[in-house]
Amino acid sequence: MKKEMFCDFLIKYAEIGIKGKNRYLFEDALVARIKHAMTKVDGEFSIRKTPGRIFLRSESEFDFDEAIDALQHVFGIVGICPIVRLDIVDPETLAQKVTDYMREMYGAELCGTGITAQQAVEIMKENGFDADSASDAISDEVYGKLRWQEIYPSIKRNPAETIRFKMMVRRERKGYPKDSMVLNEDIGEALLNAFPGLKVDVHHPEKIVYVEIRDSIYLYSEIIPGPGGMPVGTGGHGMLLLSGGIDSPVAGYMVSKRGVTIDAVYFNAPPYTSERALQKVVDLATIISKYTGPINLHVINFTEIQMAIYEKCPHDELTIIMRRYMMRIAEHLAEECGAQGLITGESIGQVASQTFASLVCTNEVCTLPVIRPLIAFDKQDIVEISQKIGSYETSIQPYEDCCTIFVAKHPVTKPSRTVIRRHEAHLDDVIEDMLKTAYETDTVIRVGE
Amino acid sequence: MSDMKEIYLDNSATTRVFPAVADLMTRVMLETYGNPSSMHHKGVEAEKLLRNAKEIFSGILKCDMKNIYFTSGGTESDNIAIIGAATAAKRRGMHLITTQIEHPAVINTMKHLESEGYTVTYLPVDSYGMVKLDKLEAAITPETTLVSIMHVNNEIGSMQKIAEIGELIKRCNPETLFHVDAVQGFGKATIIPKKMNIDLMSVSSHKIHGPKGMGMLYVGDKVRINPIVFGGGQQNGLRSGTENMPGIAGMAKAADTLCSKLKEDADKLYELKERLIKGALKLDGVQINGVEFSDDLKAKLKEKNDSGTIELDATSEQELKAAIAKTAPHIVSISFPGIRAEVMLHTLENDGIYVSAGSACSTHKPEPSATLKAIGLDKSLLDCTLRFSMSVFTTEEEIDKTVAVLADKLPMLQKYTRR
Repeated sequence: MKKEMFCDFLIKYAEIGIKGKNRYLFEDALVARIKHAMTKVDGEFSIRKTPGRIFLRSESEFDFDEAIDALQHVFGIVGICPIVRLDIVDPETLAQKVTDYMREMYGAELCGTGITAQQAVEIMKENGFDADSASDAISDEVYGKLRWQEIYPSIKRNPAETIRFKMMVRRERKGYPKDSMVLNEDIGEALLNAFPGLKVDVHHPEKIVYVEIRDSIYLYSEIIPGPGGMPVGTGGHGMLLLSGGIDSPVAGYMVSKRGVTIDAVYFNAPPYTSERALQKVVDLATIISKYTGPINLHVINFTEIQMAIYEKCPHDELTIIMRRYMMRIAEHLAEECGAQGLITGESIGQVASQTFASLVCTNEVCTLPVIRPLIAFDKQDIVEISQKIGSYETSIQPYEDCCTIFVAKHPVTKPSRTVIRRHEAHLDDVIEDMLKTAYETDTVIRVGE
Repeated sequence: MSDMKEIYLDNSATTRVFPAVADLMTRVMLETYGNPSSMHHKGVEAEKLLRNAKEIFSGILKCDMKNIYFTSGGTESDNIAIIGAATAAKRRGMHLITTQIEHPAVINTMKHLESEGYTVTYLPVDSYGMVKLDKLEAAITPETTLVSIMHVNNEIGSMQKIAEIGELIKRCNPETLFHVDAVQGFGKATIIPKKMNIDLMSVSSHKIHGPKGMGMLYVGDKVRINPIVFGGGQQNGLRSGTENMPGIAGMAKAADTLCSKLKEDADKLYELKERLIKGALKLDGVQINGVEFSDDLKAKLKEKNDSGTIELDATSEQELKAAIAKTAPHIVSISFPGIRAEVMLHTLENDGIYVSAGSACSTHKPEPSATLKAIGLDKSLLDCTLRFSMSVFTTEEEIDKTVAVLADKLPMLQKYTRR
């Protein structure tokens, strides 16, 4: 694909298309997210919303890969199609333009054997062309039919290596002289004549050549996958419990993919955890904010509470009771900022505090829903997602977080709610003040702006 | 934390630049900014500065100016010395010797040479971090082309008997070159390469209150050495690249300042070291690494009177001083059983005291320190050991404050340990 051919993109979205009367809300949100994403890319971009289509156009020099990367971080986009925009032309000229497009786009691939330009030169040399004329031919005219036929018979053609293609013409502009059926045939025929390496296959095409005739004519044949999902801002608001591990950033990513705006809370335990552990969490929040948009990261000082639990409660229940307070604090913060639920990276049985019995214990302290997108995922699957979204390398930096510093050698795996409640009551005299202090000293870091 | 006076006890990681050094460097950057290779006046001016810096180092090391080379730091000096000497002597032999407690700049360079087909012997050390001389003697063969031993260990402050080692090496094999990584020792203890049979010696600038990114390599008169970077042929072709003039001038100024009153400063540092050790030993369970106390003295140091202070008789006092004098004056390694080094470090940090867990160069790696393992430190203490490293800026008050904070925080931390 020749990236420098393109300054227009057609943005495809799927699920939004089936929404009813509030569809415009989703489309507007998507446009807003795209706009935000493009502010981080060098260059001037304009966005145009037409019924069922969003177009992005670069008004200046820009870097193709950088633009695509930004768009691939916008939830709601299922495909990004680099398009060539033509003025309305007559059908014959159109067929010629499509041929030119295909030649420029795929070059040697269409020459019959799926060979590269370099390989073509080699073959020509073997067939008696001198090196100069071979490379001249490749660079100038080899894809043009006349010159090619002169060269072509000397190459043993392997029919299996032809490219199977299909034409897909849509004629929204009904006044255009030929209809889509006829145009499919005419343009397809022109392509077959021009490129010996093409073959029509309407059932299993490798390339679909789209021609859309609207206010202008749009040509495209590549669809770069987007992240899918729903535009952030259309799915409510959640409070993510973010640790420095692998799971919680993935959980945030997954819920946000359904359009949910994310804020996050991190439990800091100085001096047991270091400044670098906090920095790591800020880095993780920054990585997922590329998808989720800006995140308010609440940093709660948890040392005092943790020490009190350590002192007053049975050691093997420390983690469970700690998690219960984390959930309570997260719920408090969620309610304060209008979030409708909590998000955690828990997965059944991964550690002692995530057995089913433990989850029951930690779940009972909040009334807001707790969304656990990874609940039935294996660790390896979570790792794969974290690698895909780019958080893995940061997650595995070796700084301790507050969950691991005092962990018991044999923590409870089947805690009973009654027992936990009874032991937790040991904290009654002190905990209210401690929670109050924790809320008062909550520090909010805004990331991903 | 901002209004708190900071107590910087991590001088083996890096030091604060002397203000006069910073001033000089600013002037070099803004005024004497020429390239010493240029033919015009600006170049001549810069060349004078370069010459002046070399003079300072040749004065300190009692050698010729042509023995002095400037590099980008201790790591590069170690690399040039080891790779350069090993490859130049390859035809004579491919056996190298070093110790188990070297800095990664030496260890990993040796590992690289092993992958290139060289054989490397890693000498063990005793429980105070001293190289075992009999082991060294046994290791030297006719094929041994280079022995690399550090002067002062960066983690526990053990100080090798460089002169004895140099003599031993030359007695066993006069052809064997002797490289000393003097990054931690330079400016703290006198070192005269020619007298001590040293052929190559590495020095770093930022450990002696000079700028970062600057180092020095001493290369003896008849030492054959290959360059490892190639370019315009500066510095005799051994270290091509336009000389880092602000860095060179700054480092020389720092070395000059430090070495002009080396003895006096070292005495003061030894006193501070003794103060810190005595203060730390008052605390329960605390252990000092790298200082050789006799069992008798150890027992006496544990005896405390009612007020919790240690009182030593005159002989024991002498013995303690003598034991400390065998080590580097500025590094104290202390183990706090049951308390993870990182926690202790951040606790001290809250009081404005900056120290280091193991060595700063290796704390971002999860593996325990090779030096602490090599001296046979109990496994349970490997992750519970802090390094306090002082400088000429360190005061008695700072040491007392540090000991007071340790005494204050230790009981709380010992209570909240991993059960």
